[in-house]
Amino acid sequence: MSESIVRALKCRECGQEYDIQPTHVCEFCFGPLEVVYDYEKLEGKLTRELIESRPQNMWRYKELLPIDGEPKVGANNGFTPLIRADRLAEALGVKELYIKNDSVCYPTLSFKDRVVSVALSKAVEFGFKTVACASTGNLAGSVAANAAAAGLESYVFIPEDLEQGKVLGAGIFGTNMIGIKGQYDDVNRLCSEIAGKYGWAFVNVNVRPFYAEGSKSLGYEMMEQLGWKAPKHVVVPMASGSLCTKVDKSIKEFIKLGLIEDNQTAVYGAQATGCSPIAKSVKDDTDMIHPVKADTIAKSLAIGNPADGFYANRVMKESGGYAEDVSDEEVIAAMKLLAETEGIFAETAGGVTLGCAKKLIESGKIPRDESIVLCITGNGLKTQEAVINEVSKPRVISASLKEFDVLAEADGVASN
Amino acid sequence: MTVTVRIPTPLRKLTAGADEVSIEGATIGAMIDNLEAAHAGLKERLCDESGEIRRFVNVYLNDEDVRFLNGRDTELKDGDEVSIVPAIAGGK
Repeated sequence: MSESIVRALKCRECGQEYDIQPTHVCEFCFGPLEVVYDYEKLEGKLTRELIESRPQNMWRYKELLPIDGEPKVGANNGFTPLIRADRLAEALGVKELYIKNDSVCYPTLSFKDRVVSVALSKAVEFGFKTVACASTGNLAGSVAANAAAAGLESYVFIPEDLEQGKVLGAGIFGTNMIGIKGQYDDVNRLCSEIAGKYGWAFVNVNVRPFYAEGSKSLGYEMMEQLGWKAPKHVVVPMASGSLCTKVDKSIKEFIKLGLIEDNQTAVYGAQATGCSPIAKSVKDDTDMIHPVKADTIAKSLAIGNPADGFYANRVMKESGGYAEDVSDEEVIAAMKLLAETEGIFAETAGGVTLGCAKKLIESGKIPRDESIVLCITGNGLKTQEAVINEVSKPRVISASLKEFDVLAEADGVASN
Repeated sequence: MTVTVRIPTPLRKLTAGADEVSIEGATIGAMIDNLEAAHAGLKERLCDESGEIRRFVNVYLNDEDVRFLNGRDTELKDGDEVSIVPAIAGGK
């Protein structure tokens, strides 16, 4: 199984192929490059039994990730719980609901550990010593942590107004953190220019084709954990739109390799209303994505000019899915609902996903009697500002049984 | 109007390796036409058959995406800085 099935980088627009190298844009049409594979080389070789025999991390699907041999970085990343969410299902009035819980992804509590371990493994293969990213926090933390563990130098570029938890969650790893005056789209543009000038591996710029493939592992795990089955409906949050396309790709690959049956899975995308260029294009039934100026508490989804918006739009249309968007108030309500029904504290993006799923169910876009997976991609402890005034404060008493008795009586709690 | 245009890596083969060029132009559209005159082949990389800026090309005038201004008709003044940046980047 050591032979790589990676064939080339291929332009999604004009089809031009390139050798495997750290580049992300077609020289001819500026279209995005994507890793393509010779799947026939895997026929009959990558079996359920082989995968199940491997350690529980994202590399149990390594043949379908664009690395040579073994991972150089993040060998233990991934493999998060898929939970059956019966209490939330009852609250939403649906029959079969699951949560793919990447809020506990190893090591930095977001699905970015998946993409970063692929990007940094590839960066090491290419011989880079310094890695970098443009980020709204989760990616910065993941790049910083995984680079530290691998002994790589790192630079992370973030908007200057990020949540404290995300700044701290990157800074602790000793990275070079640069705050940019502006929004994520400004950071992204600067990084595109820096990447052309400095010899670094920018995970979401020049090694983006490899990086993006890491997201497929979330889809693979989801299907294996459902008992080698794809759900009827899957809801994912959208920033650049990449995750939406990669979950879809993961399902198509498993079908092609005979690992699952085609279940006609519909893929749905979730955005915050204050930054919903992809959702708007789907609702307007057009494939034109109009860039917007982002304004939402869901900062990790606030990409006003989404790179993969066009392709995410197509995935939703072709799979029979749809897109939805929710207000900041609905995001907070959904974060609380998820926490109070399932004991999962998701970041704002998780509130977006659940809030949109709720709307899609209520509007009948997602039927109530078929299997649904919600992808929760980040941890609420990193975006505490969003809910800090929504959560009850402790009621303070002395260490006195009498005082507690008074409190318990007020709560209507009986002693024995 | 003379403006400075920053050229992204994939296009530098057309500018003899230069990462910045000075170019005349009263609008973004005119500037692109003049770029083409000076460095043949650039326009078809930046614009589609109808002359619209391609989906995967972002053009910034002094840090503002020209899609938020007047697109190709955005007016330029002396000393402006224009950046051409491939759109494909990002993911948080």
